[in-house]
Amino acid sequence: MSIMINRTTKVIVQGITGSAAQFHTREMLSYGTNIVAGVTPGKSGMEINGIPVYNTVQEAKWETDANASVIYVPAPFAADAIMEAAEAGIELIVCITEHIPVLDMVKAKAYVEKCGVRLIGPNCPGIITPDECKIGIMPGHIHKKGHIGVVSRSGTLTYEAVHQLSEKGYGQSTAVGIGGDPVSGTNFIDVLTAFEQDSETHGVLMIGEIGGTLEEEAAHWIKQNMSKPVACFIAGKSAPAGKRMGHAGAIISGGKGTAADKIKTLRSCGITIAETPGEMGEAMIHALNALHPKN
Amino acid sequence: MNIHEYQAKEILKTKGIPVPIGFPALSIEEAVSTIDRMESDVLAVKAQIHAGGRGKAGGVKIAMSKEEAIQAAEDILGSTLITKQTGPEGKCVNRLLIEAGCNIESEFYLSVVLDRSSSKIVLIGSAAGGMNIEEIAEKEPEKICRETVDPSIGLAEFQARRLAYGMGLPSALARSGAAFIMKIYELFIEKDCTTVEINPLVLTKEKELIALDAKLSFDDNALYRHPGLLKLKDETEEDIRELEASKHDISYIALNGNIGCMVNGAGLAMATLDIIKHHGGTPANFLDVGGDATVEKVTQAFKIIMEDKEVKGIFVNIFGGIMKCDIIASGIVKAAKVTGMQLPLVVRLEGTNADSGKKILAESGLLITPADSLDEGAEKIVSFVH
Repeated sequence: MSIMINRTTKVIVQGITGSAAQFHTREMLSYGTNIVAGVTPGKSGMEINGIPVYNTVQEAKWETDANASVIYVPAPFAADAIMEAAEAGIELIVCITEHIPVLDMVKAKAYVEKCGVRLIGPNCPGIITPDECKIGIMPGHIHKKGHIGVVSRSGTLTYEAVHQLSEKGYGQSTAVGIGGDPVSGTNFIDVLTAFEQDSETHGVLMIGEIGGTLEEEAAHWIKQNMSKPVACFIAGKSAPAGKRMGHAGAIISGGKGTAADKIKTLRSCGITIAETPGEMGEAMIHALNALHPKN
Repeated sequence: MNIHEYQAKEILKTKGIPVPIGFPALSIEEAVSTIDRMESDVLAVKAQIHAGGRGKAGGVKIAMSKEEAIQAAEDILGSTLITKQTGPEGKCVNRLLIEAGCNIESEFYLSVVLDRSSSKIVLIGSAAGGMNIEEIAEKEPEKICRETVDPSIGLAEFQARRLAYGMGLPSALARSGAAFIMKIYELFIEKDCTTVEINPLVLTKEKELIALDAKLSFDDNALYRHPGLLKLKDETEEDIRELEASKHDISYIALNGNIGCMVNGAGLAMATLDIIKHHGGTPANFLDVGGDATVEKVTQAFKIIMEDKEVKGIFVNIFGGIMKCDIIASGIVKAAKVTGMQLPLVVRLEGTNADSGKKILAESGLLITPADSLDEGAEKIVSFVH
């Protein structure tokens, strides 16, 4: 099992004719993702790697009954692409694009919520259920099928964590990148809720970073609602205040959003903290054993 | 992107938002001739730097005569101002704003900002103007009014009115207060701001509302659709290396240590700083080379790192996903040769084609120390640099 996506998920690629999109479409196809259509305005009738291209998401959905979409559209047009997919009723929208203007995302996120669908991202690597479905740009081969849920604001740091888990023999149920922007469609609590309800997920590894309060909110939610063990690493202990550390959302402002504060709150809510990024896999194992001590 | 107070006030003026009469001065000569031309004898001489806390640091002087104003200009221009927000090295004052004094009756606070927890724009108003809003929020939160904007309808007139009443503007002024608030909100939306802060928003004895100070910040992601705003950038306020890096699409932030870092991915880059510190080292910089680390980019990255003379060694930490480690390795070798890199170099490669990548490094003829894990890499570079 898994959350949100599996081998039956039918995926549309928005912006499919772009070069990055074409590359990643090939990668997703070879992983086994069920890609059923592509959308690029004006390119209806084309085929990319055997995938039919349509002018609009609505048309693509009518023809294929797709229930997910991945967006590789450039930043100036990406929010509109999100809203087009939401209006067409695509249940899961994954937006990879970075640098989308904040005010565009404020509108798009509100619209997505109105349409009652789920947005993951933007500025994220995507979501993967190992051996079943990969929607995004993550390297499939480092993932192993298993029982650890992974949820992260990061890209390559997530791969690092997944790699550590896989090396130690702990595969993943689903790994979700929620992205590094200040306005995102899905937060930690949304994903943790799904992991809590998934019988095949036995524990969750969370990867957070400075900026905002998503980790603190998750910590309080976990304390009240989560029966499964959670381990967490927070990046940016050494980040100076006031500086945007790469991700648009990774900034300590007005004294809020420091790694130290997040770690303190998480710990107080019973979450196992990985002190360094080299120990993320270990922290997860520790948390699993603490719940079910081995004899 | 940040701009100076005088630039922010120019923008406010174009939207019909009242500001004090004032002119920028970039030299003492300009300051003197501006001061001479001003009608008022009571003048404010204000340092223009991209940081708050100027008043407390002596960067804002109220002069009662033109002679006093000239003296203040001479004192402030060219000086280094150290405020709570500049860091201990302070900022050099290269520009001044000379303003006519005004008769302040009361001071308010008004700002427009993104509220991350609701993902909506929020307006914050308070009768506690001229003070640090974060302190007020902590100690006297009841003094703060908020209006959350529904993205589908924008700020409603009734919300602007409600905020005006809530802030404690006198009833007779509620209408013009609401109009002022609405204009500030419209400016925020029109220019893709991340912050608009008017602190203090002053009610003069003549019953006029004016923005006595104005701070505007813009969303970097939206600048492509505001070419006029880009012209307002003051490059002297930015770190030279950070500027240079952004021109090459590299995300770079200077820090105070001696271990240079190059990583692919912002989260992993932050984590790399963390693990260096954990092993007793001090990172010299944050650097995210991004997902397409070509030879050119890696070369640029090395060059920028090495411009920092404090750097005694470099740690390269790459997790190759789509980017293959052997391609990265070739890039590192070429870049090291082109830049004539002599510093200790520890390279940790993991992910796609890691083994062939390591082979390329080993056979390069360069003194490159490989590492298999984050911990190993950090330990090694720290030991080399000490």
